[in-house]
Amino acid sequence: MKLVFTCAVILLSVANTGAAAEVAPNVFQSSVPPQPAGKLDRLVFAKLSSLNIQPVLCSDAVFVRRAYLDVIGTLPTADEVRAFLDDADTENKRRALIDRLLERSEYADYWAMKWGDILRIKAEFPVNLWPNAAQAYHRWIRASIAENKPYDKFVRELLTSSGSNFRVGPVNFYRAVQSKTPETVASAVALAFLGSRTDSWPEDRRNGMAVFFSQVGYKPTSEWKEEFVFWDPLQATKVPGNTVPGRDAIGTAPKPPAEPSATAAEPTPPPAPSGPLTAVLPDGTKIELPPSRDPREVFADWLITAENPWFARSIVNRVWAWLLGRGIIHEPDDLRDDNPPSNPELLAFLEKEFVSHGYDLKHLYRLILNSSTYQLASVPRFSDRQAQANFASYPLRRLDAEVLIDAVNKITGTSDLYTSPIPEPFTNIPRDMPAIAIADGSITSPFLALFGRSARATGMENERDNKPVPAQALHMLNSSHIQLKLEQSPKLKALYESGRKPQAIVEELYLTILSRRPTDDEVKTAMAYSAAGAASNTGRSGKQSKASGSKRREDFLDVAWALINSSEFLYRH
Amino acid sequence: MNANQNTQGGISRRETLQRGLYGAAGLMLAKGLGAGRVAAAAEADQAPNPAPVKAKAKSVIQIFLWGGMSHNDTWDPKPDAGYEYLGEFSQVINTNVPGIQLGGLFPELAKQADKFSLIRSMTHRNNGHETAAYLMQTGHAPGERLAYPSVGAVFSLFKSPGYQGLIPPYVVLTRPQGRFSEEGFLGPKFKPFATGGDPSAPRFEVEGVVARSITDDRQKARRELLGKMDTLNQLLADSPDLTAAEEAKNQAYELILGAGKEVFDLSKEKSELRDRYGRHTFGQECLVARRLVETGVPYVVINYPGGWDTHSNHFTTMRRQCPQLDQGLAMLLQDLSDRGLLDSTIVWCCGEFGRGPKVDWQPPWNGGRNHYGNVFSVLVAGGGFKGGCVVGSSDDKATEVKDRPVYPVDLLGSIYQLAGIDANAKLPHPMGLDARVLPSAAEGVKSAGLLTEIM
Repeated sequence: MKLVFTCAVILLSVANTGAAAEVAPNVFQSSVPPQPAGKLDRLVFAKLSSLNIQPVLCSDAVFVRRAYLDVIGTLPTADEVRAFLDDADTENKRRALIDRLLERSEYADYWAMKWGDILRIKAEFPVNLWPNAAQAYHRWIRASIAENKPYDKFVRELLTSSGSNFRVGPVNFYRAVQSKTPETVASAVALAFLGSRTDSWPEDRRNGMAVFFSQVGYKPTSEWKEEFVFWDPLQATKVPGNTVPGRDAIGTAPKPPAEPSATAAEPTPPPAPSGPLTAVLPDGTKIELPPSRDPREVFADWLITAENPWFARSIVNRVWAWLLGRGIIHEPDDLRDDNPPSNPELLAFLEKEFVSHGYDLKHLYRLILNSSTYQLASVPRFSDRQAQANFASYPLRRLDAEVLIDAVNKITGTSDLYTSPIPEPFTNIPRDMPAIAIADGSITSPFLALFGRSARATGMENERDNKPVPAQALHMLNSSHIQLKLEQSPKLKALYESGRKPQAIVEELYLTILSRRPTDDEVKTAMAYSAAGAASNTGRSGKQSKASGSKRREDFLDVAWALINSSEFLYRH
Repeated sequence: MNANQNTQGGISRRETLQRGLYGAAGLMLAKGLGAGRVAAAAEADQAPNPAPVKAKAKSVIQIFLWGGMSHNDTWDPKPDAGYEYLGEFSQVINTNVPGIQLGGLFPELAKQADKFSLIRSMTHRNNGHETAAYLMQTGHAPGERLAYPSVGAVFSLFKSPGYQGLIPPYVVLTRPQGRFSEEGFLGPKFKPFATGGDPSAPRFEVEGVVARSITDDRQKARRELLGKMDTLNQLLADSPDLTAAEEAKNQAYELILGAGKEVFDLSKEKSELRDRYGRHTFGQECLVARRLVETGVPYVVINYPGGWDTHSNHFTTMRRQCPQLDQGLAMLLQDLSDRGLLDSTIVWCCGEFGRGPKVDWQPPWNGGRNHYGNVFSVLVAGGGFKGGCVVGSSDDKATEVKDRPVYPVDLLGSIYQLAGIDANAKLPHPMGLDARVLPSAAEGVKSAGLLTEIM
């Protein structure tokens, strides 16, 4: 049975390679056979060879586009593509590009957007973080990414900070949790930093972890929607109306003394904890909490130690999934004993590398991005499950909503309007701000909503929905939104009117939109097209006369339209 | 989970029935006997979950009066309330149902009163646009939780498995109602399809379907070009991602180039009929809504163009907008009835709340009415709702419910029941929480019972 299966895989891969060679041998693939670039590749290639898979490296053109989209969520310009393709240093240019991209400001924008999904940066609904706080939260996360703050430090600060939601960004981690009970906070922490869904845990483990978050206090100030998050061992803020002296509870007007509310009249503080609290770590260890220490610190100290088997594993697996479309443990936020990694040695290697390099995320990115494994082609595609789980080819992924609209805007030199329905500051977004840089999930556009941007309600990876629906196809193919961008594009207009030869214009369109040069056949197809006459003009002679003759603006516009509707544009490949 | 499966089973049975109905003697049957009764009988036989009442309604047209329309100036007139309450409108007219009167701005609707019923005791006591709209669209209390899907998205979820049409199952004419009136936690697939454009313009440019300045020939040429130029698609045709995208694209083209777009082509209607609907955006939206329902679209929203948030300039705005609402809505009811569609189509019309029964004469309002959720009016018709009735009443100044309060869950629950949707069915919640179509009494939601008196 196994033998038959393996044979089928070989046949399939041969057939695929054959087809690829026939249609476009050099567009997507490199002719260089892949060599393991280090231990990472050796671990992956050993698996692939046991599956009898001979992987194929991607071409330089595929790589430049992929690297830009994966590392900075931004399409390269035609000039950037040209410079990379024409760089003769084939030995080092991929590595050099990765280094440059990791220092770009869009790197921080894009990864702050990704973390915004996980950490739920959103002013309103379902959780009321409020606009000022959402901005502060985002600013802190983005700055941490830009300075490449060690991941253990980043997480510790998120979990142990105290202060104003407007001034101390990381305190908003707690405020972004629904209902903010110790149990829901513990779930959010486990999901974000252990990659684990607590609904699969035994109840005592869940409750035991919740104890660490049972003394988080939330205290309003007289500033509208400002709130302090702090260690509140006496649970003073649980007493209604008990806020900072001289200040009122959030959103409540001063109560006239004549009618004191029932709760204020008899302030019954929750019973003070009798003796020290006992909490349970996710690994089952019981800990007696010293009364002199914020329990959040006790938890965070355990969380980020190497003794915790899940912390580094969760993040390296997550980063791997972000770059390669699939976790070594899949889904990347569903680590369980009964959900084993497809390649345990690979996962262990990444963990070790990450920890020994001081939780350096950029080191981890470099390690993965420079591997031959990351640089495999998406064509041929090895379709069986084992091949996919072992990363035999780079998987197709539709561009995220924000990345897609940014790419369309960049190609056309146009912009979109982003607004928030919440009447507050920060809702006027500069026209040229890319969607990946939007801080707050409440700031949006119809396009972003239609194309499945995360609602930032659950913190789960799958909340971002990139599955195709017909309304999206209607929008890309035929909406006035996209059509007007093409028609009114100053960039495309300048190109049509540049006086260059039609063939050169087609080439520029390919470089701008697909980040590669067209093949001869593709140029011919584009040249043969006529918006007015294509329906009636099918003869071969017609094609030739078109190819040499002049082209109308609509013809180029439709070629650009076809390119942005092609799978090659819409997908990471 | 079980509830879901049952409902889906119900839909596929209904779908089989529908197909039968559109066969040889089908249309006669639908007109004569009432398709709903047959469908309900079939369901009662098979469904393990007792389907409570006969599911008569196949489609819904919701006319949403965003901003909140005054109730005492329109469908709950109080001619003796005095100038402070009446302002400029004291005229009251009789309808074709003895005992039911409307405000003087609705002469056409007055001729159709036998086809609709009025709820004059709608209440939720919420005066914020968004929170009140959320209540009226979902039945759930706004608060710190995931946003629930609106009625239309719920219809889309439960009705689309049996719906074969080209047009998306949940259509909004022409702009979306806002952030709490959409898919909620169900995801982009259940978003309403907002047409954009203006059906009273010479060409109704439906966003994504009918594009300005692109001829059909050019559309075809472009599609052919895309097919030739999509190199990656040719190489990876077996990829499930690309297959799904290709399927979505083909469905889109059925709308762009196929029969789909003709539904939006009002030039196919007689000019005289278009005149009777009114040559204004709302009137023509009503006509489009009828055409959509005719092809089987389960849920259509007309989001009233312009809105009714008349804090100031109240009386002028009412004089301008009410006649259009009157003409379009009355003609819609007449036309649906003429074509035998009213029995299977629910029409409901209201805002997120009413407006203050007492006129605010102070500056800056200078004769305006403010938000008012204590009591207001809703019009319901068709799909199993009786006509010619009034449910509940307000007090003599239209300030509070006098008898038979109707809460959002009562109204929505009745609509769901008439459409055969189990209001207790589970919704697919992204965090696996127990989320139901409507909140249960256990959640502390106020309810005074379904509108059985008019069902």
